[in-house]
Amino acid sequence: MSALTRRWQTIRYAWHEYHTLYLFMLPFIVLFLVFVIAPVATAVYLSFTYFNVLEPPRWIGLSNYRLLFVEDDIFLIAVKNTLLFSVITGPLGYAISFTLAWFINRLRFRQGYTLAFYTPSITSSIAMSVIWLYLFANDRYGVLNYLLIEIGLISEPVAWLREQSTILPVIIVISLWMSMGTSFLVFLAGLQDVPHELYEAGMVDGIRSALQEVFYITLPVMRPQLLFGAVMAIVNSFAVFQVAAQVAGLPSPLYAGHTIVAHLYDYGFIRFEMGYAAAIAVVLFIFTFVLGRGAMRLFSEK
Amino acid sequence: MKLRIIRPRVGSKALRRATPLEYFLITLLATFTLLPIVYMVSTAFKPLEEMFLYPPRFFVRHPTVRNFAELLLAIDALSVPFVRYAFNSLFVTVVTVGAGVIVSSMAAYPLAKYPRMPGGKLFFSIVISTLMFAPEVTQIPRYLIVDRLGLIDTYAGLIVPALAGSYGLFLMKQFMEQVPVELIEAAKIDGASELGVFWKVVMPLVRPAWITLIIFAFIGTWNDFFTPLIFTRSEQMKTLPLVMSEIGGGPGVVARWGAVAAASLVVTLPTLILFLLLQRFVMETMSYSGIKA
Repeated sequence: MSALTRRWQTIRYAWHEYHTLYLFMLPFIVLFLVFVIAPVATAVYLSFTYFNVLEPPRWIGLSNYRLLFVEDDIFLIAVKNTLLFSVITGPLGYAISFTLAWFINRLRFRQGYTLAFYTPSITSSIAMSVIWLYLFANDRYGVLNYLLIEIGLISEPVAWLREQSTILPVIIVISLWMSMGTSFLVFLAGLQDVPHELYEAGMVDGIRSALQEVFYITLPVMRPQLLFGAVMAIVNSFAVFQVAAQVAGLPSPLYAGHTIVAHLYDYGFIRFEMGYAAAIAVVLFIFTFVLGRGAMRLFSEK
Repeated sequence: MKLRIIRPRVGSKALRRATPLEYFLITLLATFTLLPIVYMVSTAFKPLEEMFLYPPRFFVRHPTVRNFAELLLAIDALSVPFVRYAFNSLFVTVVTVGAGVIVSSMAAYPLAKYPRMPGGKLFFSIVISTLMFAPEVTQIPRYLIVDRLGLIDTYAGLIVPALAGSYGLFLMKQFMEQVPVELIEAAKIDGASELGVFWKVVMPLVRPAWITLIIFAFIGTWNDFFTPLIFTRSEQMKTLPLVMSEIGGGPGVVARWGAVAAASLVVTLPTLILFLLLQRFVMETMSYSGIKA
């Protein structure tokens, strides 16, 4: 009884003290509950059912998950490819974004350089796929093959988009090319926020090299932006699909470019096994969630 | 009138002038990065004979606008005029971005500046968690909800579900955290309301953040192919990316090389122009340097 009263009092106090702020958040909260939370909750529920969109979902417990890990060999290939891709593209794209942003921030003609590195991420992957199919074409007509043959590095054209060993590397190269996106801009904007006084104070405290300055001043001040960039890098690299599907096809030769989201898309929108697709999504969510939490701990205060 | 704070540049190692070697390396890298884009532009103007030349040529030799004519012809064959698709894309994108930025910024402000507000931390961690859920799967439940609300095949159906973006809230909160509390308190002492503080003090200070969000939301909405694909039914409601993909015969199928190359350029151009117009605001220096963070 008294616990209940106390809780009620806390709520009344919170409302009294913060009601303007809660009203600020109201539009977002309502939209978020209806269009984000409800769909996510439904997706989690569907992962325990058999659901083909036409008939109502039928509860089948953990069957989808069992199938996924025990019998679905192609899913395991997808997991392997996605992990390989993420381990390379995530940290590398992140590091390049920050390094380039830091360099550009000290240059003249900053806007020109920013434009050059940012433009690739503006392009839609559907629009660019035409270009990749040209550049990485499997025969002599492909620009890359032509150049390599001219230089003498290879004598026969390499089937970049058909060979099992080259599909993933091509996808990685294209993704890195497109990775100077939002995080890159966020880093550039964040670099502007570092109060200049801190640099001066650092000089007084005996900071001697630019590298020391980056580590002791710039990075700590930019913690909020760095966290944003890290979460984006994790989510995006685990969600790799569009580029892979556009250049290598779905399914790709010997599943060499098959990713978790490609598998999800295959079951959700080609076979219409939404329950199974939802289970794949939940597994993907757990992967990214754990890593995202790790990143948040890494970048949190203290 | 614009106030500019001139900062002494002596103190910082990081802000010391870059050497010519650094300029050379960065320029080299920038040129290399731009090659595929240059190739895209060049291909859009290539006559058909040049597309399948051997040896392959990077630059166009006899530029032609025939690809664009072919693109217009292909669009003319559809029942709805091109202007309608362009209007749909532009209208949906502008409203989604404008309203979305305001909704996320207003929600981000209490989360960033009132860490003791009950429920704030919990709410934020829920928002971050949903960020990690693959959009492909939530599209189906979201479709069921939009359908139930009777919004399928309407502008509202394309706009409203996209307004509560977790990314936007996250980005705005991260930047607002850096706004010194002293500024907010000073404004309150001067008699500003909470809304006044938000609109006149905080938002101007985090301008680079919301300009970044505008650019980023515009690109996302403009290039979005999947949402209009499942949320629209009639030809009159379709957006540009949807139509462009139909011209090429769908992703992967290459029916009209020339028209598709021209279409890539046409779809990319508006986002590029927007970025050119806004990028200087991303790079602008914030003006609260006088206050210790």
